[in-house]
Amino acid sequence: MVPKKKPDIQQMVQKLLTGDRRSAARLITLVENEVDEHHDIMRLVYPHTGHALIIGITGAGGAGKSSLTDHLIGKFREKDKKVGAVVVDPSSPFSGGAFLGDRIRLQNHSQDEGVYIRSLASRGNLGGLSRATYDVIRILEAMGMEVIFVETLGAGQDEIDIVQIASTCLLVLTPGMGDDIQAMKAGIMEIADIIVLNKADLDGATTCLRHLEAVLSVAQESQTSWKPRIVPTVSVASKAENLRGIDELVQTIGEHQNYLRSSREIDQAKFVRIEHELGLIFKDELQKIIFKGLRGTGKKKKYIRSIMDRKNDPYSVVDEVLNTYLFSGK
Amino acid sequence: MKKLKNPPDRKTAAAQAGDCNFFRNLSGFCIKPVYSIEDIAQLDEKTDLGRPGDYPYTRGVHETMYREKLWTIRQLGSLDSPSRANERIQHLIGLGATGVSICFDMPTIMGRDSDDPLAEGEVGSCGGVAVDCLDDMRHLLDGIDLEAISINFVSNSQSAVILAMFVAVAQERGVPLSALSGTMQNDILKEYQAQKSYYFPPRESMRLTVDTIQYCSQHLPRFNPISISGYHLASAGATPVEELAFTLANGFTYVAEAIKAGLDVDDFAPRLSFFFKAHNDIFENIAKLRAARRIWAKTMRQTFRAKDPRSLRCRIHTQTSGSSLTAQQAENNIIRVALQSLSAVLGGTQSLHTNAYDESYSIPTPRSEKIALRTQQIIAHESGVINTVDPLAGSYYLEAMTDEMEKKCHGYFREIEKLGGVISAIEKGYFQHIIADSAFRYQREIETKARIVVGLNAYVEQEDTEMEMREIDAEFEKEKIANLRALKQNRDPHRVQACLADIRRIAQTTQNLMPILVNAVEANTTLGEIIGVLREVFGEFREASVY
Amino acid sequence: MKKKIKVLMTKVGLDGHDRGAKVVASLLKAAGMEVVYLGMYQTPAGIVKAAIDEDVDVIGLSYLSGEHLVFTPKIVSEMKANGLDDVLLIAGGTFPVEDIPKMEAMGIDKIFRAGSLMPTIVSYIEENVKKH
Repeated sequence: MVPKKKPDIQQMVQKLLTGDRRSAARLITLVENEVDEHHDIMRLVYPHTGHALIIGITGAGGAGKSSLTDHLIGKFREKDKKVGAVVVDPSSPFSGGAFLGDRIRLQNHSQDEGVYIRSLASRGNLGGLSRATYDVIRILEAMGMEVIFVETLGAGQDEIDIVQIASTCLLVLTPGMGDDIQAMKAGIMEIADIIVLNKADLDGATTCLRHLEAVLSVAQESQTSWKPRIVPTVSVASKAENLRGIDELVQTIGEHQNYLRSSREIDQAKFVRIEHELGLIFKDELQKIIFKGLRGTGKKKKYIRSIMDRKNDPYSVVDEVLNTYLFSGK
Repeated sequence: MKKLKNPPDRKTAAAQAGDCNFFRNLSGFCIKPVYSIEDIAQLDEKTDLGRPGDYPYTRGVHETMYREKLWTIRQLGSLDSPSRANERIQHLIGLGATGVSICFDMPTIMGRDSDDPLAEGEVGSCGGVAVDCLDDMRHLLDGIDLEAISINFVSNSQSAVILAMFVAVAQERGVPLSALSGTMQNDILKEYQAQKSYYFPPRESMRLTVDTIQYCSQHLPRFNPISISGYHLASAGATPVEELAFTLANGFTYVAEAIKAGLDVDDFAPRLSFFFKAHNDIFENIAKLRAARRIWAKTMRQTFRAKDPRSLRCRIHTQTSGSSLTAQQAENNIIRVALQSLSAVLGGTQSLHTNAYDESYSIPTPRSEKIALRTQQIIAHESGVINTVDPLAGSYYLEAMTDEMEKKCHGYFREIEKLGGVISAIEKGYFQHIIADSAFRYQREIETKARIVVGLNAYVEQEDTEMEMREIDAEFEKEKIANLRALKQNRDPHRVQACLADIRRIAQTTQNLMPILVNAVEANTTLGEIIGVLREVFGEFREASVY
Repeated sequence: MKKKIKVLMTKVGLDGHDRGAKVVASLLKAAGMEVVYLGMYQTPAGIVKAAIDEDVDVIGLSYLSGEHLVFTPKIVSEMKANGLDDVLLIAGGTFPVEDIPKMEAMGIDKIFRAGSLMPTIVSYIEENVKKH
C-alpha cells in the first residue's frame, strides 16, 4: 500500500479557487474526515465565501425533494449560474456505512460542467446536520458555485438546522401523507420560507392546500414580516409539459431573496447563522479536547463508571473537569 | 490437495437457532417436523380441491392432464441473428421441442434499432435476437410451421410491434390468424416491479397492453396475448409467496383494465396465461402452482363474474430457476434443473422451460441445451409421475402448504388494495422495496450459511472445471447495422412517414393501435422508429424510488 | 475520525438487471462503506464524472448482458484520461470464465463472478484501496 502523502493544502485551495473539480472533491473528503489540516483548509477557504445563494430543501422521504432539486438546478443553469448541490443520506448507526442514492434523481445534470453534486453521509449526526455540511458548502462556494442546494434527510432535527445554513428554506410536503400534521408538530412549518406542495396533481391536493393556508394563518406571529408562501408543484411527470409550478417556485425564491436584502434582515439572519456555527464548532472542539485529555489520563472511564454506580453524577463531573481545565490553567 | 469446506452440523445449528427458524422454506414459512391429518382437517374436498379440470382447478386445469397430452417442451431458441436463431429453433424442434421461446437482445428489448448509438456493443447481446424490421421476423420464422409450433415471444414493452410483425408474416404466408398459437409475454407491470425494461409510464403502457389483448381476442383466438409473469419478480429477489401474490395481483389488474376498456371478461380471460419460476424447494413450488389455480378460479368467478369455465383456468408456463444456478461447479446445475422440473410437472404446469447448466455464465452450447431438453423427456417417459393427475393431492404437507400460500396471498392483496391498487403501489415503490429486501435477506442467508448452496458456500472447490463455450460472432453487429441501413435506403420513405404520422395521431386517441402497427411494419418501418414516436406521445417513465 | 471507504456502484449500457448491484451496495453499507449508487443506464463519461466529484475510492461495475468486453475498455480509458489512477476498479456479475483475464488485461483490478461472497469483496477492497 502506498504511504499517504501529506496533502499540500495551499496548493489544493489555490486550484479550488480556479474552479478545479478534483481539488474540490479532495478537499471535501478531507474536511469530511476531519483530518489534522481541517482547520487550516477552512481558514484558507473562508475568505472566499459568503456570496452564494444557499437554498435548503427539506421534507419527508418520498415527497420529491430530489426531483425538485433536479428541476431547480436546471432553471438556475438557464440563467447561466454555476450550481452546486449537497445531498445528505443517513449513515447506519450500526455499521457506519451509508447508501447514497440521491444522485440517481439528479441525472439530467450528470454531464453538465457547470453543476457539482456531492453526496454526504450523515456520519453519526442523527440529530441535526453535521459540521461537515457547513464546510462542504463553503468549499463549493470558494470553487465558484453561485447557487448551492442543500437537501436534507427529512429526519426532523436536521430540518430545523437547515435554517442555520440556508438563507431560503423550502419545505416539501405532499397531499394526503399526513406530512402537514407532522410538520406542524415539529414546528418546522414556521421555519420554512416557502412551502412546496408537491404532487399537486394528486387527489386531495386542493383540500391540503386550503388546510395549509389555514394553518399558516393562525401560526404564531413570526418575528419577521415574510409570510411563508405556498407553491403547488408537480415535479415528476412523464412529459415535460406536465410539470407544474417550477417557474413559480424559482420566482418565489427570488422574491424571498429580494425581501431579505431590502429588509436588512439578511444581515440579522447572517449574524444568527454565524453565531450558531461558531457555537457548533466550539462545542465540537471543546468536547474533543476534553475527552482526549480525560482519556489520556484514564479519567474518562473512571468518571463514567462512577456515574453508572451512582457515586457521581454528570453535572458534578463536568463542573470538576471544567474547574480543572479551564479555570486553573492546566 | 484441494480444500473442501463442510456445511455446519444441521442438528447443532438447528438446536442453536431454535428449531423453527432453521427449517424455513424460501417464503419464510416455518416447516413442522411432521404433518398429519389434523393439518388438513379444514380441507373441503369439493370447494378447496375439486377434481382435475373442475372448479376451483386446484388439482389441474384439465381432466386428464399429461395422460392425454404432455406439457409443452418449450426451450429457448434465440441467437443474435434472426437466421442463426432460426437454425437453432429448427434444431430444437428436431430434438423434440414442441414449443419455442424467443428472446430479444437488449436494444430490441429497450425499443432501439441496431444502428441506434445507445445500442453500441449490445446488438445480439445475451443470446437475444436483434429484430429491427419485418425482414428480421421473416428470417426468424423461416420454414417453421406456424400452425404446429407454439411460439413464445419474450417481449414486453415492445410487444405490440413484435405482434404486428408476427401477424404480417403470417398473413404474407397465407396462414389464417385464427390458426396461430403461441404467447406474447407482454407483461408490463412486472417490468416496473422487477425487470426494469419499461419505457412508457404505467397507464400508457396499460393502454398498449389492452390494445393487444383486444386485438388478439378478435383476430388471434388461439394466441395468448399475455403471459403474466412471476419468474422475473423471483429472479429479482421475490420469495415464492411474494412471486405468487404479486403475479396474481398483476393478473387481476389486467383483467380490471380490460373490462374498464369495454371488453367482456369472457372474451379475453380464456387466453390469459401465467409464467412462474420453479425454485429449489420442491413442495413449495407445487403448493404455489396449486394455490395459483385456486385463487385465480375463485377470484375470476366471484369478483369478476366470469362465466366461461375457460376464464377461470390459470394456465401456467414454468421455467426452472436461473438464479439458483451456480457458475461454480456448473455441472451441479443439471441436477438442480432436474429437481426443479420435476416439481413443475408435479405442480401441473402446461409448459416447461429447462435451463442449460452453463447459463450461469454463458449462452447455452448445443450440448448443454440438449441435456436440458432430455431432462424433460426423461421425466415424461421414465419417471412415471405423469401416469395420474396431481399425484400428491391429499398429502398433509402439500395441502397445508397450499393453504398457507393462499392465506398469505390474501394478506398481500389487502396491502396492495390499501395503497390504491397495483399501479398506485408501483408508483409508491411497494413491490420494489419488498423485492429488494428479500434479495438482500437471501444473500445474507448465504453469507451466514443459514442457507447452503452446494459449491458456493459449502463443498467449495478451488479450481473450476473447464467448460466449453458457445462462440459469439463479433462481426454480427456491423453486419446488422449495414443491413438496416440498406433497408432504410430501399424502402418507400413516404409510406413510412405516413405510417409514423398515423401512429402518432392514433396514440393520442383511444383507438386500437394494432392495425396501424401492422401497416407500419409492412412498410418496413423499424421497431426503433415506431417506439420512438410512442415515446414522444406517451412520455418516459422514471423510477421514483430506488430503495 | 475513521476514514470511510467510498464506493461508486453502477450499471452501464442498456441492461436493467439491478438486483446484484443493489444487494452488493447494501452489503458494502453493512460493512461500513459509503456507497454512491448511480443505478442503471450510465455512460462511461457519466460514471467517471461522478467518481471525480464524489471522490470515490472504488468504482464497482455490475455486468450481466454480455456488454463487459465493450464497456470495460471505454471506462478504463475515460478513467485514465481523467487521472483516476488511484481509484480501484472492480466488476461483478455474469460472464464467461475465459473473459476474466481479458477484462483484467483491459484494466479491471479484480473481478467477482456471481456467487462471490461478501467477505471476499470487502476484504479485497479494504486491503487494496489505494488512496488511504
